[in-house]
Amino acid sequence: MSQYLILIYADEAQWAGATPEENAQLTKEHMEFGQRHAGVLRGGNALQATSTATSVRPGQDGGVTVTDGPFAETKEALGGYYVVEAADLDQALAVAKDVPTRFGGVEVRPVWEVM
Amino acid sequence: MDSPIGQAPDPVPADPVPVRPAAGVGSAAADPAVAAAVADAHRREWAFVLAATVRVTRDLDLAEECVQDAYTRALGTWGTTGIPARPGAWLTTVARRRALDLLRRDATAQRVLPLLVTDQALAAAGPEAADLAAPADAADAAGPGIADDRLRLVFTCCHPALSTEAQVALSLRLLCGLSTAEVARAFLVSEATMAARITRAKKKIAAARIPYRVPPRAELTDRVDAVLTVLHLLFSTGYAAPTGDVLMRADLVDRSLDLARMLRMLLPGRHEVAGLMALILLTDARRDARADSAGRLILLADQDRARWDAAKIAEGTALVREALTQRPPGRFTLMAAIAAVHDGAPAFADTDWPQIVGLYDLLMRSWPSPVVELNRAVAVGFADGPAAGLVALDALAASPELAGYGYLAAARADFLRLLGRTGEARLAYEDALLLTGNAVEREFLATRLDQLGS
Repeated sequence: MSQYLILIYADEAQWAGATPEENAQLTKEHMEFGQRHAGVLRGGNALQATSTATSVRPGQDGGVTVTDGPFAETKEALGGYYVVEAADLDQALAVAKDVPTRFGGVEVRPVWEVM
Repeated sequence: MDSPIGQAPDPVPADPVPVRPAAGVGSAAADPAVAAAVADAHRREWAFVLAATVRVTRDLDLAEECVQDAYTRALGTWGTTGIPARPGAWLTTVARRRALDLLRRDATAQRVLPLLVTDQALAAAGPEAADLAAPADAADAAGPGIADDRLRLVFTCCHPALSTEAQVALSLRLLCGLSTAEVARAFLVSEATMAARITRAKKKIAAARIPYRVPPRAELTDRVDAVLTVLHLLFSTGYAAPTGDVLMRADLVDRSLDLARMLRMLLPGRHEVAGLMALILLTDARRDARADSAGRLILLADQDRARWDAAKIAEGTALVREALTQRPPGRFTLMAAIAAVHDGAPAFADTDWPQIVGLYDLLMRSWPSPVVELNRAVAVGFADGPAAGLVALDALAASPELAGYGYLAAARADFLRLLGRTGEARLAYEDALLLTGNAVEREFLATRLDQLGS
């Protein structure tokens, strides 16, 4: 078995503009998703908005530069993730297709396995 | 052709002699019968031999290397031992033996890519994993017994997680056995670009664990459709080369027919497979009549129908009848039915245009696309006259998808010419010329423009 990371990308503007009812509905959908796939989920979290992000990069003279903001500015930002265990990509995609994605979509990446 | 691996293969050298690249190939070339047998086995059996070898290596590159080696060995060996009755089984045995040999020798070597996920490997990992990966009905879907290894290879090459370009390239390389240079030539890109594309796709298959197996029944219809889409793209690229100096690339058309034939044998119950094979046969049947001796394009209306391939038309017509028994018919089946109506007309004037318009209507209902709409509009022009055709075409003029499409301008030009509206026809032909990249089609349009006079 291998692990895959399901990265949830969403339009933050839409997300920020959601009504409390919409947010409650989205939370409920994620809870139900978690129950449906409890057998293969190995972790997952929602992230705070990119306005809370801080980036750390190698700076000049071997130092480190700390800046406000996400690593890359994109319209659809990483908003959360799940870790799933799957035999192959098809099985991981079957779970990914079931992730609630109201404001965007997901990307599936295999976790690098140490051989 | 379909020789199960389990059966005793033809005798193979007990201890394969080392490959003699230059001398071996050279001496075999002296025996045209052997060279022809190897070339024939390359075309017919490559996918069979490779697919069976991948099951041993669980590594595409290693399997390709071993299969290439087996073909080289055949060139050197068949001259002395005789051509085996079942070349595919002989080649498979030699390739698999070579693979086992290399695997034993390199058992401790660092692997570059992870092994492919096969249903066997999953069975070893535990019943739960095997159950998820290899549902019992997958084999049933493909026919009785264990699904043919070639199907595993087909579904891996045409996996939707790969880009369409990569799917097409992998299909030519792994299913047809074309070299990277040949695949690059087919798509008019540099060999380095194509090599990078193929390497990247193979790396994704291994690293993302795209499984080497037949998809479960629930996914089969979608996945077969993805395979057919790749074959259709291969066929259309060959039949109407978008750019270049020749009207069609016969090699690509032949390969797409080979692959459709193979898929038809492996998935005999799938109507859309029959539909696509019919479409290729019924369209390609007109190959020899499509261009004159100088390579100039001849329109359907002006083709010498005696030069159409009657055997292909008969085979394609039988297939389309079978495919049409499925309701509702799929898009390739409907396209094949349209081709069958054309092929069934003794002369252009006898074409049953209302039936063709009806078939395009069905196609539009389930697979609406601007190109289908354009073809329908042209058929309307022949069914109800050029004025009606022009009205149908002008309704499409605003479609952004057709804005850069030379065939729309060319069709308008033809109807305008038939209506005697010469000035407008001239402008439309000039538009079409600007939008057409194929040299043969450009020459045709230029000739039409000349014939308008001044």
